[in-house]
Amino acid sequence: MKFGIYPGCSLTGSARDYNESVFALAEAFGLEFTQVPDWNCCGATAAHNLNKELSLALPARILALAEKNGLEEIIVPCAACYSRLVVTRHELKKDPELKNRISEVIEMDYRGTSKILNVIEWIDKYITPKLDEKLVKPFNYKVACYYGCLLVRPNKVLGYDRAEDPQTMDIVMRKIGAETIDYPSKTECCGAGLSISRTDIVSKLSGKIIEDAEHRGADAIIVACPMCHSNLDMRRPDINKYWKTDFKIPVLFVTQAIGLAIGLSPEKVGLKRHFVEVKIS
Amino acid sequence: MARIGVFVCHCGENISATVDCGKVAETIGKLKHVAYSTDYKYMCSDPGQTIIKDAIKEHNLTGVVVSACSPRMHEPTFRKACAEGGLNPFLCEMANLREHCSWVHEKNDLTTEKAIDIVRSQVEKVKLNSALQPIKVPVTRTALVIGGGIAGIQSALDIANCGHKVVMVERSPSIGGHMSQLSETFPTLDCSQCILTPRMVEVAQHPNITLYTYAEIESVEGFIGNFKVKIRKKAKSLDEKICTGCGLCTTKCPQKKIPNEFEQGMGMRPAIYIPFPQAVPNRPVIDREHCTYYIKGKCKVCEIVCPTKAIRFDQPDEILELEIGAIVVSTGFDIKHADFFPEYGYGKYKDIIDGLQFERLASASGPTTGAILRPSDGQVPKNIVFIACAGSRDPAKGIAYCSKICCMYTAKHAMLYKHKVHEGKAHVFYMDIRSGGKNYDEFVRRAIEEDHVNYIRGRVSTIYERDGKLIVKGVDTLLGAQPVEIVADMVVLATAGIASSGAEELAQKLHVSYDSHKFFAEAHPKLKPVETNTAGIFLAGACQNPKDIPDTVSQASGAAVKVAALFSQSELTREPLVAAVNRSGPPMYSTCVGCFLCQSVCPYQAIEREDFKTRDGKIIKTVAKINEGLCQGCGTCVALCRSKSIDLQGYSNNQVYAEVVALLNEY
Ligand SMILES: Cc1cc2nc3c(=O)[nH]c(=O)nc-3n(C[C@H](O)[C@H](O)[C@H](O)COP(=O)(O)OP(=O)(O)OC[C@H]3O[C@@H](n4cnc5c(N)ncnc54)[C@H](O)[C@@H]3O)c2cc1C
Ligand code: SF4
Ligand code: SF4
Ligand code: SF4
Ligand code: SF4
Repeated sequence: MKFGIYPGCSLTGSARDYNESVFALAEAFGLEFTQVPDWNCCGATAAHNLNKELSLALPARILALAEKNGLEEIIVPCAACYSRLVVTRHELKKDPELKNRISEVIEMDYRGTSKILNVIEWIDKYITPKLDEKLVKPFNYKVACYYGCLLVRPNKVLGYDRAEDPQTMDIVMRKIGAETIDYPSKTECCGAGLSISRTDIVSKLSGKIIEDAEHRGADAIIVACPMCHSNLDMRRPDINKYWKTDFKIPVLFVTQAIGLAIGLSPEKVGLKRHFVEVKIS
Repeated sequence: MARIGVFVCHCGENISATVDCGKVAETIGKLKHVAYSTDYKYMCSDPGQTIIKDAIKEHNLTGVVVSACSPRMHEPTFRKACAEGGLNPFLCEMANLREHCSWVHEKNDLTTEKAIDIVRSQVEKVKLNSALQPIKVPVTRTALVIGGGIAGIQSALDIANCGHKVVMVERSPSIGGHMSQLSETFPTLDCSQCILTPRMVEVAQHPNITLYTYAEIESVEGFIGNFKVKIRKKAKSLDEKICTGCGLCTTKCPQKKIPNEFEQGMGMRPAIYIPFPQAVPNRPVIDREHCTYYIKGKCKVCEIVCPTKAIRFDQPDEILELEIGAIVVSTGFDIKHADFFPEYGYGKYKDIIDGLQFERLASASGPTTGAILRPSDGQVPKNIVFIACAGSRDPAKGIAYCSKICCMYTAKHAMLYKHKVHEGKAHVFYMDIRSGGKNYDEFVRRAIEEDHVNYIRGRVSTIYERDGKLIVKGVDTLLGAQPVEIVADMVVLATAGIASSGAEELAQKLHVSYDSHKFFAEAHPKLKPVETNTAGIFLAGACQNPKDIPDTVSQASGAAVKVAALFSQSELTREPLVAAVNRSGPPMYSTCVGCFLCQSVCPYQAIEREDFKTRDGKIIKTVAKINEGLCQGCGTCVALCRSKSIDLQGYSNNQVYAEVVALLNEY
């Protein structure tokens, strides 16, 4: 089966480490991706704040391209892109008239047939079944799985995991030998897109998440979203300055953790690109 | 040849102010088959009725149309007058000139024209009326009360004290319901057990009441006055007549780790158990699901220790069949539990409890003998948070309605806490305080002003645990939506009252309606709050919607009066406005083809089968037959019948057709 990948802007930019780990995993498990050809921006936070039709047309074009190229499933590693794509599919499914209008706008026939997988769903479906045989270095650490806002919300649209206390990432992490902690900041806001305009707010909010995880004795925070990662990792100096702290806890993508557990090198899964030093290997 | 009399009433000025009553009477008088027509100021008065009676005799009338007010108001009056004048009462119809015409139109010619049309249509209808006889059904003067909470107890005692027999069916091992679990009750803070226990004992000892506990309704058939009810008496696994209730077995049973339902899971009970010390009847039952003997085939310790040899492991369930005249449903309610709330940890924090658990903590007979101790470590909570409307008034995530009792019991809980832990701090998060009721608002004020409970108007977004404390994050909307964070030792959720488990199945067995929340539905929200839409079945207590004890008891007495009124006669008289499947001689017997589609649509299960047989018993034809006792005259079957074999007596297709044609045609 051909399956597609929609990288979005971050996987090719600030989250190259994520991208590398996703591809490294795919390679290790003999999976092949086809990038959605001629893909465009998903609209991110900006589009749906400005213009509803635009915010639907952009993801619809991506989905229509996937359909046109026979990609029955597309994996969307970025949680924000994932959310935009799923929301679009939901909106267009419940309003056929809107669907027709958007099809006209994108000058392509959108049908809504491609399945959209987030990174955990992809792991669950294609990685975990073969994980046991490949596991060489159990990830024996205490981890705090951080889901952020977009992976599990809005629950009515995604129908994925539990909105207040999600479990899917915890389950994956336990499979590779990690001990997952129960903590309340799992879905607290990291500051998201304010990363650039209001670094102070991001420092405050992300700092609380990091403090909670460290306080409960976690060795690492595990994420599945480039935005979460950059706020918790890249903004660490700002955070430590804001809170007058010295938080050292590293932040790993779930794909990086799995990569290490199956014996891939830290370089291979992009760990050298982090701002906070990752002493785990 | 029809000879119709028409009597136009002015209703004082209610009708005559806008309708020219004289003209109506005159115009109608000229119609074919109208033998007599007149108008009068008050037809319902004594002289008015005399006009009707006299005219029937004088003009040998075959039908009467009284053109006056709504038949809801005076149809019985005029039908009775006709009967006294020698005419079958069902040959009298009313034309509603008041509600349908004079009250809703201006005075002018068109209004009078409309009045004439209304009367004409009734004249055409009454020509086709036939003389009907009221239906008589016998009444079995035994009531069934389902559910032995305070509602059922009150109803049963009231009915029994009227001298009628009552059968009470309670599914748990003891009667008492939720009230037996409560500590003290608002708004007076009297001890719940102390006021309830004597009534429970009275039920058990009343000569007119037969009590079946650990029993459930298996099926209900029949109709008002004549229900046939099957009851399943679940095996208690002991002989109740021999057991003395000494309780030795319950202390020796080695299986002791079963969450105690009565203590809301905050204590354990053995497999053979008496639910609580004041239980009625005070005899144990064996919980077969958890008993080692039933699971593994050995143990029988209880049998060995029992001094009276009362244990019966092979006792089967017993099915009883009873004839019942009326039913009171009083199956009460349940509450949502803490695991319903993801934002409060899906029930994983031990010190977040629900209201009933708090009642048990505060109760002198509870697991802590009345001390407020937190479940996780038995410490006295210094800081306690109560959250009102937990899951209520929230159509998005919870349920839309207000449970009505929780504002009050939350005030009570905060107050009880303050009375027991003087130095402790109690906080209440609320949306609004709903304390309508006698001395209710005063009660809440007392909590705030005298016991210094800190009421915070706002919702709680999340609760989590940190270093053994519960962090409650909310908002104070009276302080400009300021975030509030309270570090609490214990949290009590005032969760919504919901329909009791099994309510839906029971409603279906009883053929009574229930609402979208599975609460039993009353026949009319204002005027028939204790009746259901099935004649002879009444409602009492929280099975209809969450209510407090005073409301429950009032409604229970109301239901009892309805039952007593029903039982005051030996026979019931019903209007014969029911469906009838036509009959004719052999070989047809009826135009009914026996498809029984009608049977599947009748909402009241009123359609039966009737066989026509040869002399030697061979069935020639099976056709539908209406059970007149059950039929409510809704007409659904009439509309459905493909061979037009069913008609509604008093509203036959031909009669309604004649009415419509009269309205369409000029005269
Ligand atoms: C935490 C809390 C505190 C409260 N405090 C107060 C207070 O202080 N003052 C006050 O006035 N009110 C209070 N109430 C309300 C009070 O509990 C109710 O008003 C009262 O219990 C309603 O009585 P009921 O008989 O209708 O229902 P229930 O008490 O629920 O009794 C119903 C009975 O029917 C039985 N049953 C259920 N289904 C079946 C079935 N299918 N077949 C046979 N039997 C069945 C049940 O086992 C139960 O015994 C409180 C409620 C709660 C939750
Ligand atoms: S020991 Fe026997 S008599 Fe005593 S309560 Fe148990 S069953 Fe009844
Ligand atoms: S047989 Fe059952 S009820 Fe009796 S003592 Fe053993 S476990 Fe308890
Ligand atoms: S009674 Fe009070 S606490 Fe209960 S649902 Fe209504 S408003 Fe909320
Ligand atoms: S009229 Fe209504 S209640 Fe009567 S038999 Fe027909 S469907 Fe049933």
